[in-house]
Amino acid sequence: MNNIINIEHIAKIYQVGAEEVRALSDVSLRIDRNEYVAIMGPSGSGKSTLMNMLGCLDTPTSGKYDFNGINVNRMKDNDLARIRNKEIGFVFQTFNLLSRSDALHNVELPLVYAGVNMSERKDRAREALASVGLGDRIHHKPNELSGGQRQRVAIARALVTKPSIILADEPTGNLDSKTGEDIMTLFNDIYLKGNTIILVTHEEYIAEHAARVIKIKDGLIEHDGPVLNRYIPNGRKILTS
Amino acid sequence: MKNFLFELREGLAISFRAIKSNKIRSVLTATGIFIGIVSVVLMSVAIKGINTSFQNGISALGADNLYIDKFKWFNDDQFWKTRNRKNITIQEYERYRTQAKLPLAVAPTVWTVQTAKNGGLTTEGTLMTGTTNEYLATTNFTFSEGRFFNEIESKGARNVVVLGSDVAKNLFLRESALDQFIKIKGVKFKVVGVLAEQGSFIMGNFNPDKQIYLPVGNIFKYFQNSNFRSVTITVRAVNTSMIQQTMEEAESIMRKVRGLSYSEENDFSINRQDGMTKLYDQTVGVIQLVGLFITGLSLFVGAIGIMNIMFVSVKERTKEIGIRKAIGARRRTILAQFITEAVIICMTGGIAGLIGAVILSIIINRFLPVSFQYEAVILAIGISFLTGILSGFAPAYTAAKMDPVEALRYE
Repeated sequence: MNNIINIEHIAKIYQVGAEEVRALSDVSLRIDRNEYVAIMGPSGSGKSTLMNMLGCLDTPTSGKYDFNGINVNRMKDNDLARIRNKEIGFVFQTFNLLSRSDALHNVELPLVYAGVNMSERKDRAREALASVGLGDRIHHKPNELSGGQRQRVAIARALVTKPSIILADEPTGNLDSKTGEDIMTLFNDIYLKGNTIILVTHEEYIAEHAARVIKIKDGLIEHDGPVLNRYIPNGRKILTS
Repeated sequence: MKNFLFELREGLAISFRAIKSNKIRSVLTATGIFIGIVSVVLMSVAIKGINTSFQNGISALGADNLYIDKFKWFNDDQFWKTRNRKNITIQEYERYRTQAKLPLAVAPTVWTVQTAKNGGLTTEGTLMTGTTNEYLATTNFTFSEGRFFNEIESKGARNVVVLGSDVAKNLFLRESALDQFIKIKGVKFKVVGVLAEQGSFIMGNFNPDKQIYLPVGNIFKYFQNSNFRSVTITVRAVNTSMIQQTMEEAESIMRKVRGLSYSEENDFSINRQDGMTKLYDQTVGVIQLVGLFITGLSLFVGAIGIMNIMFVSVKERTKEIGIRKAIGARRRTILAQFITEAVIICMTGGIAGLIGAVILSIIINRFLPVSFQYEAVILAIGISFLTGILSGFAPAYTAAKMDPVEALRYE
């Protein structure tokens, strides 16, 4: 089955005091295996809410959400945790690493929650760190690493469970443009290895790395289509039709 | 289950790191539990010591004994009536003794309080129990030297005494008292035996360690008129199951001996030691419960300290909780993690408290009997473990039910 995410008419309404806030009004979308999707939108557009929804951190007020053919919109906390653990790899703007643990332990953690035994855990975490180019930094703590390296650790942590999707929320937001570009190159490599990536950003030039862009405004999808002027990180710009 | 073990190990590792990075805070919090455990353990050890001492005292006097006495020893709500009873005389004792078939041993006791002297060394206000050689069979006495007075000495009211261990220490210091002489009211007595320590401080002056035993005839010969005090007849039943029958026999013989008619009430009482045990439980038992409760309060204060610091810890680590939840930690994982942390702090305080209590109890043992046994170890570890779980639960639960989206947004 090629279809990973299938969302039909989902809405999310928050109750703020006496007022109802419609963060998402009516959103439907499908994402298939090995897609590279950018979700764009200004702040307050409902972009973050959609991301939380896609990442199974939150459930919609109404509508239907199937993940890998499994209905998740009625799931309880613990089942959602299991989906997040096995199927979703998160990469955050602020890296969100555990500051008291070294790189290896940070990367290993999802496998702890997945119940993988210690030796296999260590092997897979080392492998993931090597794949993001940090094979020689496995015992460094986050504060001993640069921003770019921290984000690589976070990416390794996202990859280590071999998830169905990588969900990256403004992954370059806290990095300088050179380092940001390196990270985007890494994402492209990961994509080319057959992974599915969802990138949340408000920067046009970051979104151009993806193959498909979804624009959100006022809780609705404003645009959904291929990136016409896709930027391939190795210094070439190609045109897709 | 496998998952749970991995998570538990992870929880332990996280807890150690968290505690290490907040050393002062953790030590201060653990101190609360330390104090609580020290006081609870010391209290229970002291209670145990007092109880053991009491039980030893009771059994040194003989657990299967009956005491035929003018008075009802415990719960005498009709003292105004028993007060007017005739004294039990030594002749009545003799008549009972010849008629009784069931007892293992029967001995009269009459007491007087006198001062004993050995040269310059004196013991004032010493309880002297006058009895017969058969008295020994009603007790579980052991001797550090010599023997109890024998039948000939008893019948002949020879000037012989047996000293309690404290009395011997007071009168002879570290020397042997055997075959030495002491003076009571100017009369010379030969020491034929010294009791080994019976160790029952709870019995006060009735403690055998503080008494002098001598043939009953001497009491009447030298110290007081034979009708001055009522005789108490100590009766030892063959075994515990014979107590009831021995008691019934004693009642019927004593009624005859005292010349009571069919319709008259008993003008004597048959007492048992369980009365003493009951009285002890009623008074000392209540004091012990109150003591445990009060020391328990200090542990409770420690537990509140843990709970407080765990709430702070959860709040500080909201972001971390969010991260863990995002990458797949379940509620119970987070719950277990924080409870583990609370348990570790508690157990650290508890084990330190246990060590403190051991040291203190060794010191206290010089003044008061304490009985430190493995139960105290289990008690301390068990209580601190339980306290950790109980005081960690509420903070851990708050952490476990956090919304991951909110938690991740927390700065």
